[in-house]
Amino acid sequence: MTTLNTLVAVCLGYVLFLFVVAFMAERSALRGNGRWLRSPLVYTLSLSIYCTAWTFYGAVGSAARTGFEYLTIYLGPSLVMIGWWWVLRKLVRIGRTQRITSVADLISSRYGKSNLLAIGVTILAVVGTTPYIALQLQSVTLSFQVFGTPAPAADALHDYTALWVAVGLAVFTVIFGTRNLDANERHHGVVMAIAVEAVVKLTALLAVGVFVVWGLSGGLSETLARIDASPLGHWQMEGGRWAGITLLSAAAFLCLPRMFQVLVVESDDETHLRTASWAFPLYLMLMSLFVVPIAVVGLDLMPAGSNPDLFVLTVPLSQGQEGLALLSFLGGFSSATSMVIVAAIALSTMVSNHIVMPIWLRFTGGGASVSGDVRHVVLVSRRLSIAGVVGLGYVYYAVSGGGTALATIGLVSFAGLAQVLPAMLGGIFWRGATRVGAFAGLTAGFGIWLYTLFLPSFGSGMILPDALMQNGLFGLGWLRPYALFGIEGMDPVLHTLFWSMAFNLGAFFLASLVSFPSPLERLQGAQFVNIFQHSGAASSWSGGVVQSEDLMIMAQRILGAREAQALFAREAERQGHPGALPETSPDFLEALERELAGSVGAATAHAMVGQIVGGMSVSVEDLMAVADETAQMMEYSSRLEAQSAELSRTARQLREANAKLTRLSVQKDAFLSQISHELRTPMTSIRAFSEILRDGSALGPEDQAKYATIIQDEAIRLTRLLDDLLDLSVLENGQVSLNLRQGLLCDVLDRAEAAALAYTDGPRLQINRDRKAETLVLNTDLDRLSQVFINLISNADKYCDAAQPELDIRVVQTAESLVIDFIDNGSGVSVEARDVIFEKFARVSDGQAGGAGLGLAISRQIVTRLGGAITYLTGQKGAAFRVIVPQGMALAAQ
Amino acid sequence: MTAPAEDRPRRPSLFLERRTYRRRRLMDAARLLPLLGLLLWCIPLLWPSGPEGVTSSGALTYIFCVWLGLILVAFGLALRLRSEEVDKLPEARK
Repeated sequence: MTTLNTLVAVCLGYVLFLFVVAFMAERSALRGNGRWLRSPLVYTLSLSIYCTAWTFYGAVGSAARTGFEYLTIYLGPSLVMIGWWWVLRKLVRIGRTQRITSVADLISSRYGKSNLLAIGVTILAVVGTTPYIALQLQSVTLSFQVFGTPAPAADALHDYTALWVAVGLAVFTVIFGTRNLDANERHHGVVMAIAVEAVVKLTALLAVGVFVVWGLSGGLSETLARIDASPLGHWQMEGGRWAGITLLSAAAFLCLPRMFQVLVVESDDETHLRTASWAFPLYLMLMSLFVVPIAVVGLDLMPAGSNPDLFVLTVPLSQGQEGLALLSFLGGFSSATSMVIVAAIALSTMVSNHIVMPIWLRFTGGGASVSGDVRHVVLVSRRLSIAGVVGLGYVYYAVSGGGTALATIGLVSFAGLAQVLPAMLGGIFWRGATRVGAFAGLTAGFGIWLYTLFLPSFGSGMILPDALMQNGLFGLGWLRPYALFGIEGMDPVLHTLFWSMAFNLGAFFLASLVSFPSPLERLQGAQFVNIFQHSGAASSWSGGVVQSEDLMIMAQRILGAREAQALFAREAERQGHPGALPETSPDFLEALERELAGSVGAATAHAMVGQIVGGMSVSVEDLMAVADETAQMMEYSSRLEAQSAELSRTARQLREANAKLTRLSVQKDAFLSQISHELRTPMTSIRAFSEILRDGSALGPEDQAKYATIIQDEAIRLTRLLDDLLDLSVLENGQVSLNLRQGLLCDVLDRAEAAALAYTDGPRLQINRDRKAETLVLNTDLDRLSQVFINLISNADKYCDAAQPELDIRVVQTAESLVIDFIDNGSGVSVEARDVIFEKFARVSDGQAGGAGLGLAISRQIVTRLGGAITYLTGQKGAAFRVIVPQGMALAAQ
Repeated sequence: MTAPAEDRPRRPSLFLERRTYRRRRLMDAARLLPLLGLLLWCIPLLWPSGPEGVTSSGALTYIFCVWLGLILVAFGLALRLRSEEVDKLPEARK
């Protein structure tokens, strides 16, 4: 006989093994080489938490009592999985796109991120799941009792079995379920552990089944004959229950918090559904394959009155197959533990995100902008929620005394959670579903379920008084819990299912039809229903006035400093200015909200971002998008308009650039002809006079000297031209070295004035200067600066077309620079020429004066070298040039 | 994520249309399969109960055969419906 101690040791060893599996899975996921963790097989196996201890032990019990009804529990989910194309595919896509964290989050997110709905669904889920957790604890305790000796000492231990199991499960869940808060809400360790448990329980049940069929009954056909000969020999099934429970289990498969957790939240890849669509029904089929044979053989072998729920254990034990019994015990144990773990994670996420966090935010006043680590608060609240959920299950178990009342609680729980179905399916398929409708439907369904099934399930007189059960509420006969509206004799589960669903659906549709959704709700509705057309997020933030710093602080506290910084850096890079904080564009706010939603749920994330963004979250454009079905067209055309505006802008710039290039090219041509002319004229005279000198032996010395002088003058002219070209080329290549000296500005100007006007016939140009202002010490390349001044003065001399040409030289000293303006009283430079006067070869007046068009180009190069600038001043009476010399080089005279 | 539907050409070529057509019928089959299962599993509702009714072994055989059949068909459909092909389909136009 297996002693209790061995059993405890096996349990502890098994739990330790699970710890190791979960730990290794977390590790390899962290290292990034956990691709096998995300295989479709693991996903399929993780779905097996649908098969709890209730189905592991209870299926055989149910088969022994009522025949084939147990099958309905498996047929419903099989149909849902096979029909993945209808609902699951959409749910998973929505879950991934909107970063849904729980079934409550889905409902709340769909109906305008309403926290009231989330709280309602959370309460429903907690109420519905608590008895289920109690059921698991009971099954583990019962299975212990099968092995344990019925000694008085053992009884005390049994009392504690459930407690220890609950504590152990809570610890495991806290360790692996709240390890990471980060975005995806995926728990690789837990999922892997569940997958392993799925294999254990399937192996256990198959092993017992094989033993029963081939070991005890002697083969397949003998087993079938034995079944026909047994009390279960003929098909006996109440049609209503067959259809009703199949539908109920299908609904529960979608709505159970733990199923939603593994189906949608932990889903890594939509394509996994494709594999699961056939693999999970296969799993369910294998799980239910040997149930009837085990039940029949158990009824045969075991003494009358023994608990059929435990045939899976007692049949092998009675045959002395202790190892097999132990395996089967482990199967039941793993069914119970995996269910409790995932249910606790799912419920704690809901409780923490939708109840604890909003309350905490409210009580800490400023909400998102207060100091303190929200991340820490989320983790603590989630851990406490896990402990609370498991604790609640234990309390329920302890209070209800673990009696037979629990055996029926599985379907009661299903019926309660199925109340979410109308709001869920309505939300993803019908855009007209509104928050008011969902709330009305949930309330009606939940209320009827509570009144007609949940409260009576404690037993008559436990919570609802006997009188009420007999005579109905307020003595009204048609309000009797088991016979609403006077319809008596219905099966209680079907009775509740029928009325709760009828009222749930009715209230949901009616309230949806008469109410009007808020803009955010309509946006979310469109997003959810048309998820395959546009998998983008709801555009909801108008943005603009928010401080990125505030968002950063908040995000750091929720996501953790490193993740938040990485997110912000990524967004900034996407916006095109890496290294800075991202701008609070609507896109960025949405991305941030989605990230936060992964940690604290959509409603809370929305509220937190809303607190910082402040005010209205839906922009006028969004309202238009809701109001107008053609909004997308409008958006598209406005994008087109923007693009075409940009194109025409670019085209204008190109045209301008082209015009400038054409002008430059014309000038270059003009210059080339000019320079060839300039070069040829002196060349021609040099050639002509040198020929005369060579051939003309009859020339007198006077003529010879005269001609030689002409040749020399022309040669000088050529040299000057070539010097200018060379100068410009040197300056442009940056090869010039500055000869910095100190000197007075007025001296430089004096020299320039003298040099510029030296070759003119008498001082035609009058120069007005303010010598006092010019008394400034310069520390610069005085020769180069003077070259600029000479050029400007001689330009004024050459081109000023006034009758009495005058040149004003004004000197102004500013904080940073010295500004010297040269303004004449002529007609100035024409507007179109101003662009090009500083270009090489630019000549404003064609051939009127002898310059080669290099002066201003050289001047600009020089001033740029000196660290200043030369510009053409507009708005003066004549041509006006401004030379700016940096102040570092100008010192006031002592 | 899928490419947005509007990115796809409005009028695909004849060849593409044929392939799309084939895939859409596969999607229809995937949609219809659970309904077929529901129908087949509702047949037991017609069976008479009691000693002169269907034997348990017969009932079990029927239910599990239907189950296995559904699994096999679902497996075949899953093989054919490769996600990368399927996801590119515009959902709106079936």
